Amino acid sequence: MTTSQLRELALRCRRHIVKMIHAAGAGHPGGSLSAIDMIAALYGNQLRFDVDNPNWDDRDRFIMSKGHASPAVYSILFEMGFIDEEDMMSFRKMGSVCQGHVDMKWTDGVDFSAGSLGMGLSFGLGCALAARMDSSDRNIWVMVGDGEIQEGQFWEAAMAADFHSAGRLNLIVDRNRIQNDDFVEVQMEVGDVAAKLSSFGWDVREIDGHNMEQVSEAILWSSTKTDSPTAIVAHTTKGKGVSFMEDNPSFHGKAPNDKELEMAMGELS
Amino acid sequence: MSAPSTGGASRDGYGSALLRLAEDPRVVVLEADLGKSTKSCLFREANPERTVSLGIAEQNMVLVAAGMSSSGKIPFASTFAIFTERGFEQVRNGVARPGLVVHLCGSHGGIHTGTDGSSAQSIEDLALYRTIPGMTVIHPCDDLSAEELTIQLLHHDRPSYTRTARNKTPRMYDEVSCKDLKIGKGSRLREGSDIAIIACGVMVSEAIKAAEVLSSKGIEATVVDMHTIKPLDTELIDDLVETCGGIVTAEDHSVIGGLGSAVAEHVSYTGGVPIRMVGVSDRFGESGEPEELMELMGITHGDIISSCESILS
Repeated sequence: MTTSQLRELALRCRRHIVKMIHAAGAGHPGGSLSAIDMIAALYGNQLRFDVDNPNWDDRDRFIMSKGHASPAVYSILFEMGFIDEEDMMSFRKMGSVCQGHVDMKWTDGVDFSAGSLGMGLSFGLGCALAARMDSSDRNIWVMVGDGEIQEGQFWEAAMAADFHSAGRLNLIVDRNRIQNDDFVEVQMEVGDVAAKLSSFGWDVREIDGHNMEQVSEAILWSSTKTDSPTAIVAHTTKGKGVSFMEDNPSFHGKAPNDKELEMAMGELS
Repeated sequence: MSAPSTGGASRDGYGSALLRLAEDPRVVVLEADLGKSTKSCLFREANPERTVSLGIAEQNMVLVAAGMSSSGKIPFASTFAIFTERGFEQVRNGVARPGLVVHLCGSHGGIHTGTDGSSAQSIEDLALYRTIPGMTVIHPCDDLSAEELTIQLLHHDRPSYTRTARNKTPRMYDEVSCKDLKIGKGSRLREGSDIAIIACGVMVSEAIKAAEVLSSKGIEATVVDMHTIKPLDTELIDDLVETCGGIVTAEDHSVIGGLGSAVAEHVSYTGGVPIRMVGVSDRFGESGEPEELMELMGITHGDIISSCESILS
């Protein structure tokens, strides 16, 4: 896809995200909207997958560790053809394949059951080590939130990934600066994430996570660097694309009402 | 049955099983520094390319195992029983919830662990893992049964937790009889219709000792090695309820939530016989030799005898 096609894809996903959260009356718009440009670029141009064979052994893996941003994942799975519109709009309803948090047991195309933060990088490391044992060149992508890396397990995994030279392991940190209760700097600042990961032995790049050229270039760089684990620290805006959600902690985990939906759709056109 | 011979510890059986399982290329072993203790070191020495060392970081180990399982591997991850508990929520959310087949082993379970003291003596692990939907929970009584049951995990399609013990225990099986064991099926070691003793782990040999003393007093006890705590062999328990005058459970574990609780929960639906539990009564252990600690905690064959007599009186 061209950069402009990726932007169009991300815009459609943004509309899906807001609509499905509105329909569910609950969900996490802020972190879905901050992450979606990277996810669109990954699925649009990078990830190797087969919609007709979602469990294909040699597919690339996308592990959404910040599992509450599930609407972002469902929006792209809909765009790619893994799920239909009815599935997507039944988000959070009983029996829906679109569970509140992404769950590999429920949804074709989902590679990890998230919902408890801090676990995805470890899971990705396991996938990367298994791939190496199988002499497979499949790439493993893990996305975490910045609040999430307050979890100690994340750093256990970061240290282990370097020790095991997990070169096919690619991390994206969605540095949107807001977590559930408030800004990260208020709750417990995580500081210079790039420097920290770098000191753990990772190759790190920092980008503007909404600049599609930078996003695409960083993903390409990460995918071709296979001698050590790589991380993209993406500086993003929580709620990006909907003015009243942007940089607003109250839209971390709140659905828009009818009026807010209308306003959001007006902006996302 | 023949007189028990002295064997190794159940953790030795686990180590031997891993070595045999290495024939299957899908099998991988994960360690969190304690491979020499859990005996996964035997696999590591023979198959370093399929052994993943993750350092003293149990939470990470559990999810690395989950990731490997999702990629077609059959992971066996082990550390001390007590330290598996540090990754409990990881087992719950990262392994069992998506139904990934990871086999977790906690060695050094129970107060039998001894002089390391209470920090190392897991007395709640069986209870914890039993609460997780879809989880199989195993606690073998000797090295040969631990080896056999671990071998069977290769074809087990659910996640599991196996507790092994640090110290040697008398063998309850020989090379032939251990082949009759099946995950999920209790093993009758002795028959008697007055009372039934259902035991697991290091308490199985104590149960046999108790049954022999009771026999000399004219009381005949059935003794069951309930090596699988979950799924519980309820058919066998129903049969014991029919044929015996009471049930005594015996475990090196808290009486809250372990084997005794599992048996009592089942019998609460069917009714029929009185039950007494021999186990650690809601307290922590301390340093000491295993035999001393068993005495202190009230989990010797003598305690099993008194519980049986109290039911029959």
